[in-house]
Amino acid sequence: MTTTVATVEEGTDAPYALSHLDALESEAVHIFREVAGEFERPVILFSGGKDSIVMLHLALKAFAPAAIPFSLLHVDTGHNFPEVLEYRDRTVAKHGLRLHVASVQDYIDRGVLKERPDGTRNPLQTLPLTEKIQSEKFDAVFGGGRRDEEKARAKERVFSLRDEFSQWDPRRQRPELWNLYNGRHAPGEHVRVFPLSNWTELDVWQYIAREGIELPEIYFAHEREVFKRAGMWLTAGEWGGPKDGETVEKRLVRYRTVGDMSCTGAVDSDAVSLEQVITEIAASRLTERGATRADDKMSEAAMEDRKREGYF
Amino acid sequence: MSTTTTEELSATTLLRFATAGSVDDGKSTLVGRLLHDSKSILTDQLEAVERASASRGQEAPDLALLTDGLRAEREQGITIDVAYRYFATPRRRFILADTPGHVQYTRNMVTGASTAELTVILVDARNGVVEQTRRHAAIAALLRVPHVVLAVNKMDLVDYQESVFAAIAEEFTAYALELGVPEITAIPISALAGDNVVDPSANMDWYGGPTFLEHLETVPVTHDLSHCHARLPVQYVIRPQTAEHPDYRGYAGQIAAGSFRVGESVTVLPSGRTSKISGIDLLGEPVDIAWTTQSVTVLLEDDIDISRGDLIVPAKDAPPTTQDIEATVCHVADAPLTVGHRVLLKHGTRTVKAIVKDIPSRLTLDDLSLHPHPGQLVANDIGRVKIRTAEPLPVDSYADSRRTGSFILIDPNDGTTLTAGMVGESFASPEPVKDEADDDGWDF
Repeated sequence: MTTTVATVEEGTDAPYALSHLDALESEAVHIFREVAGEFERPVILFSGGKDSIVMLHLALKAFAPAAIPFSLLHVDTGHNFPEVLEYRDRTVAKHGLRLHVASVQDYIDRGVLKERPDGTRNPLQTLPLTEKIQSEKFDAVFGGGRRDEEKARAKERVFSLRDEFSQWDPRRQRPELWNLYNGRHAPGEHVRVFPLSNWTELDVWQYIAREGIELPEIYFAHEREVFKRAGMWLTAGEWGGPKDGETVEKRLVRYRTVGDMSCTGAVDSDAVSLEQVITEIAASRLTERGATRADDKMSEAAMEDRKREGYF
Repeated sequence: MSTTTTEELSATTLLRFATAGSVDDGKSTLVGRLLHDSKSILTDQLEAVERASASRGQEAPDLALLTDGLRAEREQGITIDVAYRYFATPRRRFILADTPGHVQYTRNMVTGASTAELTVILVDARNGVVEQTRRHAAIAALLRVPHVVLAVNKMDLVDYQESVFAAIAEEFTAYALELGVPEITAIPISALAGDNVVDPSANMDWYGGPTFLEHLETVPVTHDLSHCHARLPVQYVIRPQTAEHPDYRGYAGQIAAGSFRVGESVTVLPSGRTSKISGIDLLGEPVDIAWTTQSVTVLLEDDIDISRGDLIVPAKDAPPTTQDIEATVCHVADAPLTVGHRVLLKHGTRTVKAIVKDIPSRLTLDDLSLHPHPGQLVANDIGRVKIRTAEPLPVDSYADSRRTGSFILIDPNDGTTLTAGMVGESFASPEPVKDEADDDGWDF
């Protein structure tokens, strides 16, 4: 036998090792700073969900003690949880940031977009988002997307080129070598940037716990009036539920992901602290979106199609 | 995952690794098996695979389906790009760059290997070392991936014979060592049956080494930094100009190699000015020492003119600056790279205009033969190029520093990434075939 077998290193506390969270944090900060150095008008997509909260936290760290050289953009579906909107506005005020809002309701009111029969508004976000990017001339748009979320995202780049219609063409994406990101784009095009590309759901939660980041309350167990639709607990509300045959009940639930009220399901949980939430996730046998996002279940190719159209 | 506590999970290290191998070698099955047996596949993902397998009339769930992403691939049954997979064990977090192994996808393998600490090369035990295996080994050697694993798959189809494995391991190891691959580990596996992937194989008690996953969990991810040249490419200058911080000037960047200490004398390139490090901010926390790949902000004693694109280095260990770069490149764009091509070159945080002066040779990966003066390089070609830059650049040899010895070429017209470049000699050992072009002394 001529093979060499690596010596087993028990305990990897070598002096120059980084923990996995430190490595991911350092990489994300590097991405934020690259964009600050190479783009004119970057913006962070901020929904008040945990991934965008972590993005904002990383951006604050990347430029401290100076202010973030970016503004924030929220695509408001009109069906957002009030707790999340309240968190959003408080955070913006606390850090003295500038918030742009692209409103789906506004587009419906103007007759530009039509309400879908199923009441779901997530697919309606694309047009307000792309028009806001065009009108504000944003050239880099930070999104909280992670490559572990869904199969179509596994091939997403950290710097993802979009044309003037925000469309994503898998064949136009550039190879990303070493940590040399290529942000060049033609006028009217922009780049979507995903600093959390290499993070998993668990990494995000562990980082929130380590950094002591505050989250909207709906991420923790609370009593809520919910009803069952398509196997998910949805919040009763004016957005379109419950319908006939759907009964409301009071349950102890929390949200694992925060999106539109019409398609974001709560899970039964009694986890009231971050520690308990992390334990629950580590033990969970369902991926984050599969359990709680109706829009990812649409079809095997649904996400791919929507990305091509300019979705997140 | 279900048995790990949060405490165990919060203090692990991260390993980035890449796979190379073709559909026929069972690569997708290996990756699927790894995810499945390490319990990284969750119920709904597995259900989706079972549904898809059943709808195609397959009896058992096809683990390869776990890793097929885009519709085009599902329709054609191929893998067309680098896909990134994530999994964790109590001991370590993994990022896998999963790359297809066909000839025309050299660029994807180069992309995956560029950030990898370890590369897995898969062979079919029935076929042994084939042309493609040699190509994969050459790419791992060119990209200077520190660890290479030879996974001899389909051992179940050769009756788990030790002699078959030993012969393949020996042939491959001899070849890879000649290329200068620093560390090779051969493991006999059956991805389909699960032997030695996650669980030790009862069928191969003659094998005393680690399973594939054990090896991934224990391969060292730390480096001895004492022999590295410390390098900090400046990304951004932080100047709050607030009442609280009226005079703060911080140079932000990710340490590309080595380590820096407070009090150290440093030189800023390309200007050549010197100063001392007066402080290091590690994302809001002052530290005395910082090392690769930490993102930091460095403060200097003197107020000197520094901007994005500059490189901070130890005063006693500065690289030479040059406008003439000779490098091994992999061409990654569909349009060819030609002599006289005007490009942009991105090195670290600096992008400069450049021109392709010469393409001395093209390298055939199958037999490592050199073809002098091909005139151009097409997609997936690997070759030597000479580049003249508009401004002097402080480049290291890729052998010394993967981050400051690498660069990309960009098309100034449409922004396409054209070429991946590695400064200096191609292989760690003397090149198998001597390049006839005269050597410009880039071998430092």
